[in-house]
Amino acid sequence: MASATRHDVPEPPDFGILKRLARDQLIYLLEQLPGRKDLFIEADLMSPLDRIANVSILKQHEVDKLYKVESRPALSTSDQLCFLVRPRVKTMKYIADIVNADKMSGRSRKYKIIFSPQKFYACEMVLEEEGVFGDVTCDEWSFYLLPLDEDIISMELPEFFRDYFLEGDHRWINSVARALQLLNSLYGPFSRAYGIGRCAKMCYELWRDLEEESESDSQGRNPEIGNIFLIDRDTDYVTALCSQMVYEGLVDDTFRIKCGSVDFGPEVTSSDKSVKVLLNAQDKVFSQIRNEHFSSVFGFLSQKSRNLQAQYDRRRGMDIKQMKNFVSQELKGLKQEHRLLSLHIGACESIMKKKTKQDFQEMIKAEHSLLEGFDIRESTSFIEEHIDRQVSPIESLRLMCLLSITENGLNPKDYRSLKTQYLQSYGPEHLLTFHNLKRIGLLTEQAAGETLTAVESRVSKLVTDRAAGKITDAFNSLARKSNFRAISKKLGLIPRLDGEYDLKVPRDMAYVFSGAYTPLSCKLIEQVLERRGWQGLEEVLRLLGGPEFSEAGGGAEAGPGRAGGRTVLAVFLGGCTCSEMAALRFLGRDRGCRFIFLTTAVTSSGRLMEAMAEPRS
Amino acid sequence: MSRPRADEEEYWHSSKCRAFTFDDEDDELCQLKESKRAVNSLRDIVDDEEDELEKVSWSGEPVGSISWSIKETASSSSTSLEGRDSSLQKGSSSNAALPKQVSSYSLSSLFKGRNKLPSLQSLSDALSDTGVKNYAPELRRPKAEYKDYSSDWSPKDTVRRMQRGKVCSLERFRSLQDKLVLLDEAVAGHDGNVITAVLIFLKRTLRREILFRELEVRQVALCHLIHFLKETGEQKMLLDLLRFLDRTEEVALSQYREHLNIQDVEKKREFLKGCIGLPFSPEDISHIQDHYTLLERQIIIEANDRRLETAGQSEIFQKYPRKASILNMPLVTTLFYSCFYHYTEAEGTFSSPTNLKKTFKIPDKQYVLTALAARAKLRAWEDVDALFTTKNWLGYTKKKAPIGFHRVVEILQRNNAPVQVLQEYVRLVEDVETRLNLATKYKCHDVVIDTYRDLKDRIQLMAYKCKVERGSAEEEKINSILNNTQIRWKN
Repeated sequence: MASATRHDVPEPPDFGILKRLARDQLIYLLEQLPGRKDLFIEADLMSPLDRIANVSILKQHEVDKLYKVESRPALSTSDQLCFLVRPRVKTMKYIADIVNADKMSGRSRKYKIIFSPQKFYACEMVLEEEGVFGDVTCDEWSFYLLPLDEDIISMELPEFFRDYFLEGDHRWINSVARALQLLNSLYGPFSRAYGIGRCAKMCYELWRDLEEESESDSQGRNPEIGNIFLIDRDTDYVTALCSQMVYEGLVDDTFRIKCGSVDFGPEVTSSDKSVKVLLNAQDKVFSQIRNEHFSSVFGFLSQKSRNLQAQYDRRRGMDIKQMKNFVSQELKGLKQEHRLLSLHIGACESIMKKKTKQDFQEMIKAEHSLLEGFDIRESTSFIEEHIDRQVSPIESLRLMCLLSITENGLNPKDYRSLKTQYLQSYGPEHLLTFHNLKRIGLLTEQAAGETLTAVESRVSKLVTDRAAGKITDAFNSLARKSNFRAISKKLGLIPRLDGEYDLKVPRDMAYVFSGAYTPLSCKLIEQVLERRGWQGLEEVLRLLGGPEFSEAGGGAEAGPGRAGGRTVLAVFLGGCTCSEMAALRFLGRDRGCRFIFLTTAVTSSGRLMEAMAEPRS
Repeated sequence: MSRPRADEEEYWHSSKCRAFTFDDEDDELCQLKESKRAVNSLRDIVDDEEDELEKVSWSGEPVGSISWSIKETASSSSTSLEGRDSSLQKGSSSNAALPKQVSSYSLSSLFKGRNKLPSLQSLSDALSDTGVKNYAPELRRPKAEYKDYSSDWSPKDTVRRMQRGKVCSLERFRSLQDKLVLLDEAVAGHDGNVITAVLIFLKRTLRREILFRELEVRQVALCHLIHFLKETGEQKMLLDLLRFLDRTEEVALSQYREHLNIQDVEKKREFLKGCIGLPFSPEDISHIQDHYTLLERQIIIEANDRRLETAGQSEIFQKYPRKASILNMPLVTTLFYSCFYHYTEAEGTFSSPTNLKKTFKIPDKQYVLTALAARAKLRAWEDVDALFTTKNWLGYTKKKAPIGFHRVVEILQRNNAPVQVLQEYVRLVEDVETRLNLATKYKCHDVVIDTYRDLKDRIQLMAYKCKVERGSAEEEKINSILNNTQIRWKN
């Protein structure tokens, strides 16, 4: 697949500046409330904040005590309270309660709310209604972008997925547009933009709008990032629903990577302590195994530990001087490597244990059958048994969604029976979860005896009736037909099997799913970049349903010879999984280009499923 | 099931997925274990001093991190950070990386010349500040406080200004026509925050029916209003809106949703009773009915069992004290509970398994799985036996299960069933290969031996001889089979 003019993969741009900008702005905002103050931080913002600042920086700017925003009434005795929050109605009520309680007891304090990444009018309305508007001052901390790694930038907005795809709320589109504007001004100008999906299109349009207004002088600059590709999560749910098989994905599925770091519990550290580990390119062990299929990880780790052993063994027979050198120069590095190695071995072991317990083998088999579309009955009964045994509510839901999407909906009999059993196994309140899944199109019921064309003709009749409002629902459910099977065939997502797929020497992106399936999202990106547009993909687009675009951006075309021309910003609206990142990194190495991931949040099947449950307030 | 078994097995064995298995006995795990041993053996060389790479508190958070110190405030909120200042500074890893200011992006240049008091900001100032935007477009003081009373912004400009975070008065949009143009502009501008802001204004200045009517043909705006009402908890208006739209099922579901926030079980039960009459889909009505009945049963069972437990007269509760209350648990958990504590009760009592099975029409498969798990946990092997034994009209007994016997074996094994019990069910596993695998894994020698005999596989049988104990009954059995001249071995 190597092209004739093979280039080296360009280095990723330096995203450290994003952290500095965010930190500097936060400091500036804290200084707007001079004097000692207590800071209340929203739980969701704590980890991102940890990545760019620390306690001593906050202290330098007269932050006295730190509290978590939660439902308990605040104990703070400070005269100035500062709230660092996401723009949420619930949090506004919490703050208003504090202010009103102070007012009742005749206490006067200063209050400041810092919204991140932006303020919403609805929040101000709540403050007004609660009678505290004017008692609090509001500011915005435009912390849109958190670089999690050398090639991952996260907006840390997991709620984006539910807000946009389930509720149809466009509140975060402006945030994405501003994030693009910032990246474009620092690392652009982007010369080509591609995209698929309604949200992608809106974000792109709003960003262009912002750019036109700002008339930046980016012309003539040499871009570090030349291309962007925006993709909606609902373009490809299948990939997000598959069991992850690359190491980073398995670590995420098993331990939940949070904001680029993971808590390894006692079962991993083989001690009574938990350890928080930052997982990124700086971790010399992790960076070499993160993208590997799990099966090749063991070999690597054992090779690595043998090498380490050999390095230590060199001490024998050293004279004093050599020993001194060894201790001062190598020992520290070896120790760190040793620590990382034992952690990752522990993690592997723990993953293996969990997976063997859950009859992972059978599950993978069922998943692959669903992807390829045979033995559907057998997979359905596997899922049924999974539910009956109360194995895991999230896994059961995931498998049902995978069945639904690959089959364009469940037949009514299966739908009812699986739903009933699910409610019996995991609780009747999941009736609400099923309703949400139906609305978003992840788990649907085929209309009995109704073909697609019948629906279509009914819809077109409705259109002429001008009952426009009610149509949209019908349209939506039409658009949500996943057509997975047909798309998969058109794009060749299921690799034809000729001999054994050597997972240690991957030949295409399908390796991330054991050679059984090429992630649809990544395949689309590959195809569009290769064709420099959507020409020739008309049939796939028709099946996908979402609007697409391919436009020349503001800057001059950066040639493939330049690094910027070979650097692509892949923007995942609604979340990107570790498997997708691994697949695109592979593609990048193969084609000599660099992918930078901008995602609303790093996601996984577990997170998507959890977002569909109705929260208690 | 369409494909013959053997065929399929072959498929999976030839398939690309085979390269990797999660089997216990796998080479790769051995490899992993080996590396672990190697690395662990190095520990004593390495662990001679505290790992100074990262100091971690008892909770696992790095010391000096924000999450860590919040936990600290929570646990001892009276002490200020002052006291442990020094330790914090020492431990913090990012301390060394104080912000290095890059001159061209420095904050001072961005904020230079800005008036500190936003109210003094002039209009021209606000509009001609594009210069500073290049590098950090939004790194300025938001102009929220800055009010604009100018009335000549077009709807489009109004939306545009609101998108940039500027406050605009909407009061001058008084005719319905103007309001709708404004709303349509907001939708066209793609910013949900602005769409909601306009909707809040419309909600305040229009009668409900009119607003609803107009939203019915504006789906995007409608979604925003519904989401807004959900978030602000304006349930009554939400229900009115959904009723207006004829979305009766959603009306029912959003009312039902409220039960999530009712803590008191009696109140919840009453609430659920009220939900039964709501306009759910026919299919869901039975689920709601079941939810109500289940909670009703749980309340009765809970009261009864708590009494029994505290009286201390019931053997089972003394031997296995309840870990949690059964209230609000799923049906299957309730069934498990009832199979565990009330297995032998007559069908007439609410807590008996058979009663639950009947009332909730629990499928056989589900029932057997749950009962099996519960009885195996109690190591009541006769009950397990009875669960699968059926008699035909001639009085012969036969073992039958609505689930695969490999599943039965797995559940028994997880509950540490003795080999005698286990092997009875391993023997019943239909698929030969699975049977052999399970039998070998759980050391059910008899089953392995008999299976090889039935397969007439002399080589495997001879190989297995090495795996059984010398001089044991199993070895003898193998020998006698091998010496049996009646058998026509296939190899």
